[in-house]
Amino acid sequence: MKKKVSAGNRAFNAAVMAIVILMIIAVLYPLYYMLIVSISDGNAVLRGEIVLWPKGVNLNAYIAVLTNQYVPRSYLNTLLYTVSGTLIAVAMTALCAYPLSRKDFYGGKILTGIVLFTMFFDAGIISNYMVIRSIGIKNTAWAIILPGAINVWYMIIMRTFFSGIPEELFESARLDGANDLVVFWKVVLPVSKAVLATMVLFYAVGLWNQWLQPLIYLDSRDLYPMQLILRNIVLGADAALSKSMSANSDMATMGLNIKYAVIFITMLPILVVYPFVQKYFVKGVMVGSVKG
Amino acid sequence: MFALPLLYFIVFKYGAIAWLSIAFYDYNAFAGFSGSKFVGLKYFKQFISDPWFWRILKNTIVLNLWMLVLYFPTPIILALVLNELKNKWFKKAAQTISYMPYFLSTVVVCGFITTILQNDGLVNQMLTALGLEKIQFLMEPGWFRPIYVISEIWQQCGWGSIIYLSALAGVDSQLYEAAAIDGASKWKQLIHVSLPGIAPVISIQFLLTVGKLLTVGYEKILLLYTGATYETADVISTYVYRRGLMEANYSYGSAVSIFQAVFALILVVWANKMAQKMGQTSLW
Repeated sequence: MKKKVSAGNRAFNAAVMAIVILMIIAVLYPLYYMLIVSISDGNAVLRGEIVLWPKGVNLNAYIAVLTNQYVPRSYLNTLLYTVSGTLIAVAMTALCAYPLSRKDFYGGKILTGIVLFTMFFDAGIISNYMVIRSIGIKNTAWAIILPGAINVWYMIIMRTFFSGIPEELFESARLDGANDLVVFWKVVLPVSKAVLATMVLFYAVGLWNQWLQPLIYLDSRDLYPMQLILRNIVLGADAALSKSMSANSDMATMGLNIKYAVIFITMLPILVVYPFVQKYFVKGVMVGSVKG
Repeated sequence: MFALPLLYFIVFKYGAIAWLSIAFYDYNAFAGFSGSKFVGLKYFKQFISDPWFWRILKNTIVLNLWMLVLYFPTPIILALVLNELKNKWFKKAAQTISYMPYFLSTVVVCGFITTILQNDGLVNQMLTALGLEKIQFLMEPGWFRPIYVISEIWQQCGWGSIIYLSALAGVDSQLYEAAAIDGASKWKQLIHVSLPGIAPVISIQFLLTVGKLLTVGYEKILLLYTGATYETADVISTYVYRRGLMEANYSYGSAVSIFQAVFALILVVWANKMAQKMGQTSLW
């Protein structure tokens, strides 16, 4: 028997649907808008004719961007920073989280306190800059890769996961005469693939998206990541860069389609990978929201 | 095994905290730390009497209050609404879409905002089409906070709803059945079952948000503000960035950072104590 739905509940369901659809449009339309502008004819864009559909579809903006002298280089830099930075960060975070997850770790309480304190006391942008400068890694890739190697919040997520591993696994490995490092490598890591995947994603997105540290720590344009190039294009903060962009297009000024093409290229990997990996992100939040 | 992580915290975190001591010196980059003169509280006094002191303090707190009033309820509402969706597949898809903006970079989001709000951007094109006056959104101090808050809602709301959704999943389904038998409408169930069910999570999130009253995600502000909007947009962190780092007033900037870090720490510890008192989970 089908349950009868009262008028009030029908209105409620309609309101729920309306809010959800509004939310979906609000999220997707800006992305769609940037895409259609980036592939539309520059003059139609200037006249404000692009709202729902692209006009005069062409890939000129993308060709201009991809053949620009600065863009491919910085894209490569971003890839490099993301891959190497993620590897280092996940390894460091695991090395930090595993000992702290063990109850028999001597001094673990104090060390946990030392680590957690840094989460609540932010020394600020100047002090961080001073550290980078004083240890001599300013204007090198290390300044982008190293400072974020351990995110305390992610470390807590990992520690929570590690402390959920059954004790018997450790005991049997110890009976076989394995030392701590072997246990970590042969026992802990293989059963922690899910949390490792989550960590890889969180760190990779963070590294891919960062722009302020590169802005502060890098001086030579050869080292710039894509986000910084994008920031300079959007703010018009780099005359040489803006000039190189408009030189390749047929317009006097850099068109909106070129700006959006750069934005789109910058966020494309995230948009493409995101639907397939989003469940790992959510898992990470869930673990983190349990008492650490 | 812990040696490398420990080294990391010593160099990058406690090293940075140690560098804060230049707030008590007339630090000179060329003379180095040893060649700098000890000046005690000079820079702290200078900050308290800085003509911009009240402005950046007020802007930091007011922006956070705007967020508390306007942003804070949105993930709760979104979670309650998503929770009502019956079709599993559609619910999943809607959730996935709602989290997505969280993973886009600040530069991408602000790049979009600044282009649609510029003089000949999408929004002004629409205003003109409707026969209205153009608005210089990025130049008017009155528009900064609405723009900031809306962009935060767009980017964070979906992600923020996850924690409430998981709390909603934990609400006993028998409660809904009992309410339905008693003739409670869907709306009544939402108000009297769902909302009380997640009330503890809401109060903890609220306290933690209050605990961050003195910190603002300033990366976004750095990309959105202009000299014309400092009046409402300049917060403590952006001031440190501009006055301290860009203009190389390292000692002065460090004094401001200490001021902010200490008060932020006190606030967050207090908020966490309160959350613990409510008998729920805490951060440590």
